[in-house]
Amino acid sequence: MLRGLADPVGDGQMIFRAVLQAISRPGCIVAVPGPLEVPPPLHPAAAAFCLALVDFEASLWLDRAARTTAVIEYLRLHSGALIVDAPGTASFALIADVSAMPALDAFPLGTDEEPERSATLILQVASLHAGDGRRPTGPGVAGETRLRADGLPPAVWSEIRDNHAAFPRGVDLVLVAGARLAALPRTTRVDL
Amino acid sequence: MSASVTDIDARRRWMSVLAKAEADELESVWRELPATPDYRLLRGPEVGLVMVCGRAGGTGTRFNLGEMTVTRCTVELPGGRVGHAYVRGRRPRHAELSAVLDAMLQDPVRAAAGAQSVVERLATAQARRRRAAEARTARTRVEFLTLVRGEE
Repeated sequence: MLRGLADPVGDGQMIFRAVLQAISRPGCIVAVPGPLEVPPPLHPAAAAFCLALVDFEASLWLDRAARTTAVIEYLRLHSGALIVDAPGTASFALIADVSAMPALDAFPLGTDEEPERSATLILQVASLHAGDGRRPTGPGVAGETRLRADGLPPAVWSEIRDNHAAFPRGVDLVLVAGARLAALPRTTRVDL
Repeated sequence: MSASVTDIDARRRWMSVLAKAEADELESVWRELPATPDYRLLRGPEVGLVMVCGRAGGTGTRFNLGEMTVTRCTVELPGGRVGHAYVRGRRPRHAELSAVLDAMLQDPVRAAAGAQSVVERLATAQARRRRAAEARTARTRVEFLTLVRGEE
């Protein structure tokens, strides 16, 4: 088994703060402190997100690539997460292989009365770059921001556009590469 | 890895004995062990709160009695065996040693090489303390008669 965060309280707060920054500034790339050890195929930022934000009261769905014994043991020990089998019952989802991910609307989208009952999806991509690529717009985006996520299939980008169109329903996305992450909440519009 | 019911019962017993040991007792039996493994800390020792639940009578509904401080620790031995411990209060060293002993006791070789006798010594000391406490309280015991049933 592997070790988790060096300082569960202090690191957890720093990770929470970084994720808050990323979600309030959609498209901006932030670095997060990583755990001491991370089981493959998880990226350090994806593991950090789970250890800081997922606990025994949250349900977590893992895709086929992430659903290894080592990952499940690691998340159970360090986060206490309830690992679920159906995407439709998850409040968080960790997707290690975005080329084979389920449709965004396979996850809880919330309702018009209770939009907060939706899922937050962590998508692992090959790399993230600022300055070129897609142009997110909407609340929290000042001027022009550009975000490129290598490895994210074009079909997922068109789902992200449709996800915004269903506002206030929809999922919130966190893109992760290595020790960095960027968020695309449902308030953000990304034109193709 | 699946464990049989007797394995679970045995582990439950030694985890209970280790958790109820006095800190200095545990420290001294630890020092007397013929060999102690190089272990690494996977989690903690860390202090937190747990809610203690109770039931009034045997069939009452569950209620929250109150929160108590607990220290927990998880360690791994070189062979990959993982030991856990939850002990009352703020006792990081107690939790750490108990977790290491829990991992050692799961290994039949290490258990036979001293870890099992540690548990027996701790259990004997606990039984002795319990008997002493019972003897002290027995002297002030009051026997009530049940008048309605007309005993005696």
